Amino acid sequence: MNQPTPAPAVETAGLVKTFGGTRAVDGVDLVVPTGTVYGVLGPNGAGKTTVVKMLATLLRPDGGEARVFGHDVVRDADRVRSRVSLTGQYASVDEDLTGTENLLLLGRLLGHGRRAARERAARLLDAFGLAEAAGKQVKQYSGGMRRRIDIAASILNTPDLLFLDEPTTGLDPRSRNQVWDIVRAVVAQGTTVLLTTQYLDEADQLASRIAVIDRGKVIAEGTKGELKASVGAGSVLLRLRDPAQRPRAAEILRRALDAQVQHEHDPVALTARIGASSTATAAERAAGALAELARLGITVDNFALGQPSLDEVFLALTGHGADGPTPRTATPGTTAGPAGTTTTTGTERTA
Amino acid sequence: MTTDTRPDGTATGTTEIREPTPFSAESVAPVLVTTERPPRPSALTASLAFGWRAVLKIKHVPDQLFDVTAFPVMNLLMFTYLFGGALAGSPDDYIQFVLPGILVMSVVMITMYTGVSVNTDIDKGVFDRFRTLSLWRPSIMVGYLLGDALRYTIASAVMLSLGMVLGYRPGGGVQGVLAGVLLLLVFSFAFSWIWTMFGLLLRTEKSVMGVAMMVIFPLTFLSNVFVDPRTMPGWLQAFVNNNPITHLASAVRGLMAGRWPGAEVAWTLAWAGLLLLVFGPVTMRLYSRK
Repeated sequence: MNQPTPAPAVETAGLVKTFGGTRAVDGVDLVVPTGTVYGVLGPNGAGKTTVVKMLATLLRPDGGEARVFGHDVVRDADRVRSRVSLTGQYASVDEDLTGTENLLLLGRLLGHGRRAARERAARLLDAFGLAEAAGKQVKQYSGGMRRRIDIAASILNTPDLLFLDEPTTGLDPRSRNQVWDIVRAVVAQGTTVLLTTQYLDEADQLASRIAVIDRGKVIAEGTKGELKASVGAGSVLLRLRDPAQRPRAAEILRRALDAQVQHEHDPVALTARIGASSTATAAERAAGALAELARLGITVDNFALGQPSLDEVFLALTGHGADGPTPRTATPGTTAGPAGTTTTTGTERTA
Repeated sequence: MTTDTRPDGTATGTTEIREPTPFSAESVAPVLVTTERPPRPSALTASLAFGWRAVLKIKHVPDQLFDVTAFPVMNLLMFTYLFGGALAGSPDDYIQFVLPGILVMSVVMITMYTGVSVNTDIDKGVFDRFRTLSLWRPSIMVGYLLGDALRYTIASAVMLSLGMVLGYRPGGGVQGVLAGVLLLLVFSFAFSWIWTMFGLLLRTEKSVMGVAMMVIFPLTFLSNVFVDPRTMPGWLQAFVNNNPITHLASAVRGLMAGRWPGAEVAWTLAWAGLLLLVFGPVTMRLYSRK
């Protein structure tokens, strides 16, 4: 568990990795405090996995420094290895072996005696709801079960730092929630988790700090609140009964929400981006705007409120420089439209 | 953003799929409390654990035994009856000469599957997991080779049994045969490090097989496995007589026939040592750099 060491779980300075001519990781500085979930958010190919692989001693950095609990990942690789474990994007257990055999093998490789390894394997399989599947080859497992055996393998010896590389990519919502619950349980026991994800939603659910990474560079870093504030609070999609009322409705929304309003192709639809506000939540402001519309006799057939999607975070962070939350002019062909507004739970997954 | 933050992330999608075993994350917390972290395993323990894995893979995917049984059997039958009459007067006479040779050829050929296993494992995440463990680093490679040694033993047993049925009568008796097989295993263990290297170096399983064929075919055929090299042109004799496979085949042949081919055994062991010294470190270097 957490040892009394002042060093942060992860500390990198100017980390670089090049593949051929491309700088997959191009000067990454990160500090991950111990005992928290740290989210590394970015699209496919942003360099997230490469960063994790360097921190887990699987890849040698081409430049810069990386320390895990104060140990250099190159010079002190073995010390680092004894304190971290990694669950990769793809099954990191042997698919030809059964669940029990996989955990037994790892138990032995981690230095447990035969009997201790057997007991630990049985306990883990039980705890992860895999007791019935224990004797089956992992290749027969469902996606969710496979991810669970992966994580079980990673915590066979409770690590000080757990790397989870896109742990829920490709999982159904139920399995995804299970993985989230496991991550929470792991952190509650004092393990630091470094989580990479493409989903803002996932980072939001689990991480306390988030680094947004794009083309090998950290383009934003901060707490969840800071990050969201830089993108705006979300957007609201409205469908009116009468297309003729749309211009008036747009005007009312603009005033009530202090927001960019965009006309959709659908003649009765409108999208409004809600700016960040310290006094009211996006929902409260949207409700206020709806009340205003109703008061002025504009009938709303349908509406949905959504979070900013990762796409929007990215547009805001990369497309418009470092100015932060300046409202954007909607351009046809960009994703400035109703992303994130298709469901009322508003957790649109882009990327 | 605040409208839909689920307090525990479990509000959606909980009723969609039923898995055979109910699972709830509450059960996970207790297993995390265990903080005992044993010291890292010895080199031997780690190597044996990886060897056990290789054996389990043979158990779960028995088709890989096809290569080590059917192929050698086919070789033995084919070459004995194809060449026997012409080269030695009769298949019966020829098999006394050719069986140890074909045994050597077949086992050396199947060493290439070591490279294929390494390569397929890299493609899967499991290799990454092993590499993040604090272990004696060559143990994973030694593990592959221990599993392979089992396959070589099976192949040898199958071929020798069939040979006996076909009329092979080793003059060295059980001891001679065992000594021959042991020498073959030692050489193959060392020779396999070439394939662990290529397994790490090349991108696909197919390219590993391709390179392996390019190396193994000339090496096994341009030897004394099938015929005495004395009828070959001088330049070819020069190659054949210095080919490690020739030394190995002569040594195995001699041991099984009950002679003690000291020089050939020494040559074979020297080659094995050289291969191990060159390709072992190269493999481990690639492994660390991968």
